Formats: sequence, structure tokens, C-alpha cells
Amino acid sequence: MSTLRKEISNGSFCGGIDVDSPLRHFSGATRTTNTNGFAHDLLEISMGPHHPSTHGVFRMDVIVDGEEIVQLKPVFGYLHRNHEKLAEKNSYLGIIPYTDRLDYICSMTNNWAYVLAVEKLSGFQATERAEYIRVIVSELTRLFNHACLVGFLLQDMGALGTPLMYAFREREKILDLFESLTGSRMMCNYMRFGGVRCDLPEGWLDEAKKVVSDYPGFIDQFEALITGNEILLARSQGVGVLSRELAISAGVTGPMLRASGVNYDIRKTDKYGIYSRFNFRVPLGDHGDVFDRYMIRVLEMRESLKILEQALNQIPAGPIIDPKAKNRGLRPKAGEVYSRIESPKGELGFHIISDGSASPYRLHIRPPSLINLTILEDMCLGQTIADAVIILGSVDIVLGEVDR
Amino acid sequence: MKFNFQGAGIVRGFVETARNFLGSYYDPERLTTVEYPERKLALPENVRTVPFLVYDHDMSGLRCTACKICEQECPAACIKIIKDTVKKSDYLGKSQFQPQVFDIDIAVCMSCGICAEVCPFDSIKMDQVYELATQDRFAPLILHKEQLGKSNAYFHAIHPTDAVETDSLRDEAKRKAETKAAADAAAKAAAAVKPKPEISTTANSQSVGTSATANVEKAVAT
Amino acid sequence: MHTLEEIKNLVEQNVPGAVVQIVPNANPALAGSLLLDSKSATDVAEYLRDVAELKFDLCSNVTGIDWPSKEVKTKIKKLVDGVEKEVEEITKTPAFLEVVYHLYSTVLVHGPLALRMRTIDRAENNRVPSLTLVWRSCELQEREVYDLFGVVFEGHPDLRRLLMWDEFKHHPMRKDYVPPVDEGDAVEVSA
Ligand code: SF4
Ligand code: SF4
Repeated sequence: MSTLRKEISNGSFCGGIDVDSPLRHFSGATRTTNTNGFAHDLLEISMGPHHPSTHGVFRMDVIVDGEEIVQLKPVFGYLHRNHEKLAEKNSYLGIIPYTDRLDYICSMTNNWAYVLAVEKLSGFQATERAEYIRVIVSELTRLFNHACLVGFLLQDMGALGTPLMYAFREREKILDLFESLTGSRMMCNYMRFGGVRCDLPEGWLDEAKKVVSDYPGFIDQFEALITGNEILLARSQGVGVLSRELAISAGVTGPMLRASGVNYDIRKTDKYGIYSRFNFRVPLGDHGDVFDRYMIRVLEMRESLKILEQALNQIPAGPIIDPKAKNRGLRPKAGEVYSRIESPKGELGFHIISDGSASPYRLHIRPPSLINLTILEDMCLGQTIADAVIILGSVDIVLGEVDR
Repeated sequence: MKFNFQGAGIVRGFVETARNFLGSYYDPERLTTVEYPERKLALPENVRTVPFLVYDHDMSGLRCTACKICEQECPAACIKIIKDTVKKSDYLGKSQFQPQVFDIDIAVCMSCGICAEVCPFDSIKMDQVYELATQDRFAPLILHKEQLGKSNAYFHAIHPTDAVETDSLRDEAKRKAETKAAADAAAKAAAAVKPKPEISTTANSQSVGTSATANVEKAVAT
Repeated sequence: MHTLEEIKNLVEQNVPGAVVQIVPNANPALAGSLLLDSKSATDVAEYLRDVAELKFDLCSNVTGIDWPSKEVKTKIKKLVDGVEKEVEEITKTPAFLEVVYHLYSTVLVHGPLALRMRTIDRAENNRVPSLTLVWRSCELQEREVYDLFGVVFEGHPDLRRLLMWDEFKHHPMRKDYVPPVDEGDAVEVSA
């Protein structure tokens, strides 16, 4: 991309530093280094777009003074497919498989966010059994998303392979469940307006119960492997601190927000689906640093397990889809809706405007991954390059969703 | 295990890794990968990769009626259908269109399964082949009718539940159609004998049997 | 949570010079939104963020919408040559770009409140005030709306394209955007 070439072309880098940007007043972050008079020592580094630590095709334009970051500009768009434009040409049903490909790790929650918005728009209600199935598959998604995130984070810290492979081993078990349920491991395309596409195959619930009952053992093992690890503590505590106020102002959501101590979980506040029926707590952090973000994920996995246990035991028999809900050739009444869910990465919202025709007039996806990156620079200022890598890792981004 | 010294966390981690590594020699459960391609895992019934077309008996029994619903609904727009001018009769004996061209560009297909979901004629179903790599990324990835057509027996082999259900529905429809056809034929025959059918309707229908009464009346009326 | 009416009254009483209009949702079962005017928008936004009854501290979502001019046919009664006749009249709807903000409160746990702002037209007068300095979360989202729709946010500290590359000319989410024919290297379509 030509921006890359232009920005790296030689010239005076320090002229480009935007110390007085009004954006910095949000965090009060200023340059702490003694660069005055040593401006020629600044170095501009382009991290990415092809770099294992950027979790996809994402680039950070970093200016460092020695090891210390004095400016960091994220550069997006390398994976931009414009799903929103594609949606304007597709039927409401045909958009569902496209939502799988936003955050391609968590297709189930993406499906849910989208069908929930359309259900609100057209006044459908999912059946009781379908609501339970939705909760079960979404919480399973949260389990493996968090496990993988922790694995990736440790990979970024230099724990090459082992924790990530342990996380993948567990993820594999859940993906097997998804495969036997929906026919695909990652691109599930499972939810439909008014319910879900197909019923649980025979024996699926027992298998799911087995996975869920084995999972705490895995978390314990995982924690024994890393939580007390001195290198992890040294690398993550006090690194990338995000204050409560800045987190809210910057629209940070999900585990990132809760790690900064804000009690805001959409499953609790909006009570979408049937989440009000389940007993679970919302873990909160104190410091808002990388370690808290790591710990929040571990604790959230344990809470998800609680929800799963309840849901798997309570799931009723019955139809999986409301026969009155139209899927093929749906034309919702004209109107506008914004609907959101707590996806594993944060608030995933769909803003849909219908003009009464067979495809949406406008469909906007509120991507938690992108908006959580708003304050990437604020968290990284004054830290080292190696810290920037783990700070980015702790945000939990998937580029399919960042760029859409 | 409890260690309390600087670096204890690291030691604990190594113990965990060692347990997993050594454990894999004793417990086959701990081996999580298989040696592909020598060994392949059995696929669950629901697995879907790319679509295929079901035929009964042979290629001439292709179930597709070229109604183009799948072409319309495919979100990736990778299906291309051209109707044949010649019609053929389907399993119910009805005259139906058939596709002259039925192409699916599997390079574009995203394996969503929506085509299989919307097809009203149980014709397009999802396949389970997954070794689809080719050396050229254009022509070989466009599958034509001949490559797409697969037998109902194959459908039974990969999706037994769905196939059995589909077959029973189709048998049901066929039985109904046959009864109706028989009744129609009988009614026609009766109509040919008696030049004034509207008067003799009731008498005739009784001879066919009560279950087909309604059909006969309709047939005679038209 | 207050109703739209109540919020509108609160704003009009407390923010000097505020002009707020309620835009109903086309579907009456769903919530409407508040239309702000460009002059007072930042003041209103700050008020909504800070006032104790509302505390909309989380601006969650920013959407751009393109409304090109549409021809609407309406039947009206008219005197033609002394006789009253029904005549079809074609009127053009105004063309503009719209930005919608969805606000929530993490303190009082309510929302969403939708705010809208409209540009005067889709060509030169495509400006609305930026709310980035009120809610930091608008920073990247407003850049995205600028990039994809061509709405210029006045007062945005760092208004650059977000997803498309800098040399790209058009705004791809506009309804009249024609994608390049060549599927390889993107051919730029002039605005
Ligand atoms: S495959 Fe099915 S939906 Fe597609 S054209 Fe043939 S009959 Fe119609
Ligand atoms: S599986 Fe989906 S993308 Fe592929 S042909 Fe069918 S509808 Fe189209």
C-alpha cells in the first residue's frame, strides 16, 4: 500500500510527532523522555502488517526514543472487505454467513448479534429451546476465545507454543462440538431469525456436558502453568495501564473495560436472550494493566462454565425455530434498530436500517476490536516496543472484525 | 505441588509441561493430533464443504428442476444455471424443467449451505469432500453438472439421517401422486364411457373407492 | 430512563441555544432519536455526558448513512382547466449525509439514546461538528465515517482515512459509488 511507502520515506520523523494532540488530553499522557535536543535520535519503526505479534494484517507506526515509545499510530484497512456494502446487496438471510467472517474466531456470537437485531426489527421472538442453544454455543465460544487469547498473549511474551497449544487443544474439543452441530468448525452459519438452523444431534448434550465438566481441570492446569510465573508477572503487571475514566470515554468494552474496574457487562445490563435466568458474577480488575486483563479472561472462563452448567441442565425440549418467523425473502417493515450483545471481545452491535425491501438500506457493524484499539497509543506511551506487543495482545483483536 | 521461592512459578510451569509430555507416552488420550493423510478422522454427519446435486438412478434422474432459487439465494453468487429447452418428467411423473448448465464456482463458494437449505426439490445438498486443491485456480475449480451430480446412494452414505427423511417424504409424495394418477385415469375412463359426466359423477366415484372421491370429482369437473 | 421528550426538554432548558428535534422511527415499535443542529451539537453532547440525571458517558456506536435525493411521487388534487383532477407530482427529497451516535450510560445503566446530525448536502456542505473531544470513542469511528461516506468532522484532531488508502478518491459506502471494473489493481473512480 502506498501509505506504507510514503510514511516510511526518510525525512524528519520528529516533525511528525503530535505531542500536543488534543487526544492526549484524555489520558494526560505526555512524553516523559528527555528527547528535547536529541530529536535526531528518534527512530520510526513500522511494525506489521505482516508480523506475528500483530495478530493479523495490522500495522503500528511507532516512533521510539531508544526503547521508549513516544508515538504510536495504528494503521488499519489491510483486510477491509466492506461487509457493510456487501450487506446492502444481499438478502437478510444471505448476510448471516457473512457475519461468520467478521470475528472469524467467534462466528456464533456474531450470528447472534445479527439475528437479534433483525428479530428486534421485525418483531420475532426466538423459541425457548433456541434461546438455550444460543446461550450454550455463545458461552462455549467465549470459553475458547479467552483460552486462545491467553495463549496468544503468552506467545507474545515469548512463551513460544506451549500455552497456546494447550489452549488450542481445548478449543479443538469445542470446535468438534460445533462441527457435529453445525457442519463447520468456524464458519458456523447457525442462527436464524426466530431460532437456530438445526436441532442438537443425538448425544450432543452429553458430549457438551463432558467438555464443560473437564474444562475446569484445564483452567487449573493452565493456571499452574502460567499464572504464578514470575516472567509473566514481571512482564504484565503495571504495563499498559488503562484508567477507568479513559476506558469509558474511549468506548472500550468487554473484558478490557472490566479489567479497568468498570462493572459493565451487557449480559447483565441488557439481559438479552435469557441471560437474566442464570447465576453468574462479573469479574472486575483493579489496575487496568495487562495482568488484570489476563486474569479477567481466566475468571470469565470460570463464570461461563457456571452459565453452561445451568443452561445444559435446564434446556427444555421443543421447537428450535418459530414457524411464524420468515427467513427466506424476509422484508422487515421500514425502521431502524441498534442492538448489541456481549461478544467475547466486547460490545458487538448491529445498526440496521430497513426501507422495507429485501436487503437492508444500511447495515453497520460496531466492531469491539476496532474501538478497543482507540486508546492503543495512550496505553503504549512511555513503554518499550516489547511491551507494545503484549499490550496489543491483551486487547484481543481479530483483524477480520477490525477492518470488516 | 507447593514451591515458595523466587522462580517457583516457573518451576511449577515446567512440572506441568513435563506431566503433559511424559503423560502422552502412557495415555493415548493425550495425543491430540492424528497423522494426516495416512490417518483421517471420521467426519460428523453434518459436515458440509461444497454443494453437489443428487440424482436418482443415473444422471438423467437429476432432481434439479432449474427453478433457480438457489442461484438467487446464494450469498456469494457462485451458482450459474441455464434452463434447458427440453423438459423431462420427474419422479412424480410431472413434466419439469431441467438445467442445461449448472455450474458452481467452488473458489467463490463459502460453504454456507444456504443453497441446500432453500432448495424445494431436495436436489442440492452439501458434500463432504475436502481435498479440493488444484494447481490452477480458475477452470478446475468451476464444477459443472457432470461433476456435481452424485447418486442418492452417495447422499445416503454421507448424510444418512437427512437422506432417509428426504426419501420418506418423497415416497409419500409419490404414493399420493400415484393414487391420484390412478384415480384420474379411472375418472377419465369413466368420462369416456359416459358422455354426460356431470350427471353421473357420484355413481362413478363410488366405483373408484372412497379415498379418491375428492380427486375424481375434481378431475371430472375440470 | 427518560423519554425522548423529557430529554429534549431538559436539553432545551439547560443548554443555551440548543436546537433539538425528535426524529421518530419509521417503525413505531422502535425508539426514535434526537436530531441536533451543527451549532449547538458539542454543547448538547457535553451536557448529555455530564448531567447527573442522564450521564451518557459511553458513546458506543457511530454510523454514517447516505441519503441521496429520491424522487417521490405524490398524488395531489389540482385544478386543471377549471376541472379538479388528480395529478401526480414528483418531488425530490433533499440529499444529505447523516451521522448517528448511540449513547449509553455505564453509571445509570440505561440507553441507547440515538443522536443524529445531518449535513446540508452531499457535495461541498458535508460538514458536521466532531464529538471526538466529548467522547474519545468517536475518534476512529468518525474517521471511518469520513473515509467511507465523506462526512467532514469539524474539530476532529486527526481526520484521516481509516480503512481505504490515502490516495483513494471516492467514498465507497455512498450509494452512487461504482466499484472499479478491474478486479486486480483498484482503478480509482473520480468523485
Ligand atoms: S438445485 Fe434446487 S433450488 Fe437450485 S435450481 Fe435446482 S431445484 Fe432449484
Ligand atoms: S454453499 Fe453457499 S456459497 Fe456455496 S453455492 Fe451454496 S449458497 Fe452459494
